Amino acid sequence: MNIINILDEIEKVDADVYDRLNPRRAAMKDFFSVGKKVAAASVPFAIGAMFKKAYAQSAPSDAIVGVLQFALALEHFESAFYVRGFNEAGFNGTYAAADKAAIGIIRDHEANHVKFLQGVLSGAGKTPVTPKTYDFTAGGTFPNTFANYPTFLAVAQALEDTGVRAYKGAAPTLIRQSVYLTAALNIHSVEARHAAKIRYMRLLNGHSTTIKPWITGNDNTTGTATAAIYAGEETVMQAGLNITAINGTGVTAAAASESFDEPLTPEQVTAIVRPFGVTF
Amino acid sequence: MKNLTQEEPEVLQKSGSILDASLRRRSFLQYTGAGAAGIALLAAGCSKDRGFTSTDGVNLGSDDIGILNYAYALEQLEAAFYIQVAATPYANINAAELAYFKDIQFHEIAHRELFKSALGTNAIPALEVNFASINFTSRDSVLATAKAFEDLGVSAYNGAGYLLKSATYLGLAGKIVSVEARHAAFIREIISPNSFSNTEVVDATNALDKSRTPLEVLAIAGAYIKTKINASNLPTS
Repeated sequence: MNIINILDEIEKVDADVYDRLNPRRAAMKDFFSVGKKVAAASVPFAIGAMFKKAYAQSAPSDAIVGVLQFALALEHFESAFYVRGFNEAGFNGTYAAADKAAIGIIRDHEANHVKFLQGVLSGAGKTPVTPKTYDFTAGGTFPNTFANYPTFLAVAQALEDTGVRAYKGAAPTLIRQSVYLTAALNIHSVEARHAAKIRYMRLLNGHSTTIKPWITGNDNTTGTATAAIYAGEETVMQAGLNITAINGTGVTAAAASESFDEPLTPEQVTAIVRPFGVTF
Repeated sequence: MKNLTQEEPEVLQKSGSILDASLRRRSFLQYTGAGAAGIALLAAGCSKDRGFTSTDGVNLGSDDIGILNYAYALEQLEAAFYIQVAATPYANINAAELAYFKDIQFHEIAHRELFKSALGTNAIPALEVNFASINFTSRDSVLATAKAFEDLGVSAYNGAGYLLKSATYLGLAGKIVSVEARHAAFIREIISPNSFSNTEVVDATNALDKSRTPLEVLAIAGAYIKTKINASNLPTS
């Protein structure tokens, strides 16, 4: 019987035993003592240092560093996009105040993703990539990204859905990496939450009458300029199986496509974001 | 009935509280391998009384098969829930919400059937669910349960990803988890605008979603699954 089994027995009569003793805090003493000593502003660096300390025996491979830098470059871009959007987008309509608050939430998340990835890279002894000068018109494709509210939300949706596909496409490079894969997945699902929110905002604002929080077919509710972002999302095949009416169920082709989000390769993502001035 | 709907999220919170309470306190560390090891250790210590590592009940299996069966079990639970919601919608449901629930129902059925087919003869049998604590006539109860299930599903896929050895299966899990996150965000929005990624699920420092180990997830989901599940052979690293 180990200490935790003993605690488990105690817990039967004292439900708060874990709170009282908090054995995990003791087990994590080193991490916490590091955390307490550093100022809030340097927390991301401390995280990286902790990664380095805990995993010094297995420094990330070049491929893993490549994925982290790629993700950071995208997060820099998203972060800059929402900083400007929050300040400049002409929020209007019934939901203007709530919409602006939502964009503020997303802006903060992207900024935190930037700091987090910078910290992880620094901690691994790598120099994080820096922001670029972005062209939010994508070479004139969206001439009024911030001046026109429907355009702003459409571009935001396109970027979020791209982000979801980008992290998904990078995941196999991080296979079996408990730290790096899990961190990437924990960002990936946040991007998906953002995407769903932006899509729902566009529906409520009447910018699209058919849009849903999930992607139906290669749903191009943002115009032909974003076709590449949704290319392939329409597939109904997964692991060699046709999901439409699978095993005699009522799953339609639309539902089959909605049920699975598709990855994009780093090359596909690079081609999509290059017009915005994002280079790697 | 009023109490039922009020208590629903509480039930879910409490069943995982032993592990969760300390998790929240150090949320920015929760993705670390050291954290995962700590969880595994604690879970191993708890195993005698938690049930999911006992050797009777439906055996999920080991390695990737085990993880796929684990996902299959969760998708069975979600599908059963939304099938019930769509079959017996809550009072005064509007057409738009009913349509969304039917969409989600078929997404979860698609996920469930994909795992069933992919697992073939390795698939666990159909599980018996226990929805006694859910008031399907109440919008609040249904939405609170849906929110809890979706957020749980996101954390489950996030936490199990690194356990998978096959890039194909990791890819499949990735394709599903973002759809679960879309569901979660949507359900949260119709409960409370701008709660799509609040600090209940996304930590304020690093803006990372949650991860949970299979044992943590099963401890929570188990309240809704009647069939005894044996997760003792699941990989933990």
